[in-house]
Amino acid sequence: MTWLDANREYVLDMLVQHLRLSVPAILASVLLAVVLGRVAWRWPRAGTVVLGAASLLYSVPALPLLIVIPVLLGIPLRSGLTLIVALAVYGTALLAGTAADAFRSVDPHVREAAEAMGYSRAGVLWRVDLPLAVPVLLSGVRVITVSTVSLVTIGALVGIPSLGNLLTDGFQRDIHAEIVTGVVATMLLAVVLDGLLVVLGRVVTPWRGTVPTGVTT
Amino acid sequence: MSLFADALAWIADGAHWGGPGGIDHRILQHLAVTFAAVGVAAVVAVPLGVLIGHTGRGRLVVVALAGAVRAVPTLGLLTLLGLALGIGIEAPLLALVALAFPSLLAGAYAGVESADRAAVDAARSVGMSEWQLVTRVELPLGADVLLGGVRAATLQVVATATLAAYISDTGLGRYLFAGLKARQYDEMLAGALLVAALALLLDLALAALQRASRPSTGKVPS
Repeated sequence: MTWLDANREYVLDMLVQHLRLSVPAILASVLLAVVLGRVAWRWPRAGTVVLGAASLLYSVPALPLLIVIPVLLGIPLRSGLTLIVALAVYGTALLAGTAADAFRSVDPHVREAAEAMGYSRAGVLWRVDLPLAVPVLLSGVRVITVSTVSLVTIGALVGIPSLGNLLTDGFQRDIHAEIVTGVVATMLLAVVLDGLLVVLGRVVTPWRGTVPTGVTT
Repeated sequence: MSLFADALAWIADGAHWGGPGGIDHRILQHLAVTFAAVGVAAVVAVPLGVLIGHTGRGRLVVVALAGAVRAVPTLGLLTLLGLALGIGIEAPLLALVALAFPSLLAGAYAGVESADRAAVDAARSVGMSEWQLVTRVELPLGADVLLGGVRAATLQVVATATLAAYISDTGLGRYLFAGLKARQYDEMLAGALLVAALALLLDLALAALQRASRPSTGKVPS
């Protein structure tokens, strides 16, 4: 605890950096994955190709990806954008399949009923498909949130500051407490973000839980 | 794009092959560490997963464990073990074993559990022993899922073995860190491309193995 007391500001600073890298990456992943998942659901043949490519991308190890991205995009290696792009690639690759499953989980009868009631295509998407896809989608978002927060730490290896700096710095200076602080802070951050997602899920699907059990699937 | 050409030229350079620091040696080292870690983890995780899948006990432990491990930053595990065990192969190997464990456990458990219950009950009713149920019904039917776990674990380990070079002189990650330190982008990128290629090839090979394990009768009654 003494190490943490003496370095409170540094840890907080790194925590903020960590958030600045992980949150945009998670948001971009969700956005891209929903679009790709929708495409894969709408056109299954194209979907096989898209999801296949996604799983292939996912098999590229993180650190090499971090080195290849700046060359491809012409951005500096040590820029936060490099890490955000790399993490968004992973998040999207991991979430796209779940997003397709999420759209598949929507009962076609509900969709047909909405169409029969005169909903436009956009109306069906925004007011029927997306809200009903939330539960499955959210389970995937929770997974990528936790893995993204954990993966941000490797940015420290190429010089992109985050809580990962506590791991590399602690290793180089032989301070166990610093590494432990880094690990615990990273895991706590993941747990807090995961909790927020659960709350968000309850807020955007108010009909779940209010319906007597047995009626919902 | 000339950076990629430089990196490929670096790989093609005969001076970087052969000898203790050569590319061929590092590839073998990387693969050896990967297989050793997955192998050691599998010896414990697969029987345990099969037991959990067969008896249906301890499921919650598997789910909780898989979730918790995903949240632990691998770099933290590596650096902590590195400090505790010193600069050698032990620390990265131990970290990689820990990393491979949940995927293998989950794969084995889910594989056995995915076996059609009707088939298992039928096998039991014709008088198969519990051991026969596991080896002749559940494992053949669940092989696909089990190998999926092996594939996920291997992929994770081969990727993380790159990070292992941060705390020990192991594998292809060495080029990456050496290049990073000396600001030699060709060496760094060459290391990155080699690891990525190795991971992709390994994944494709395991995917083929997984496909081959599926029942050859064509259709599986659901």
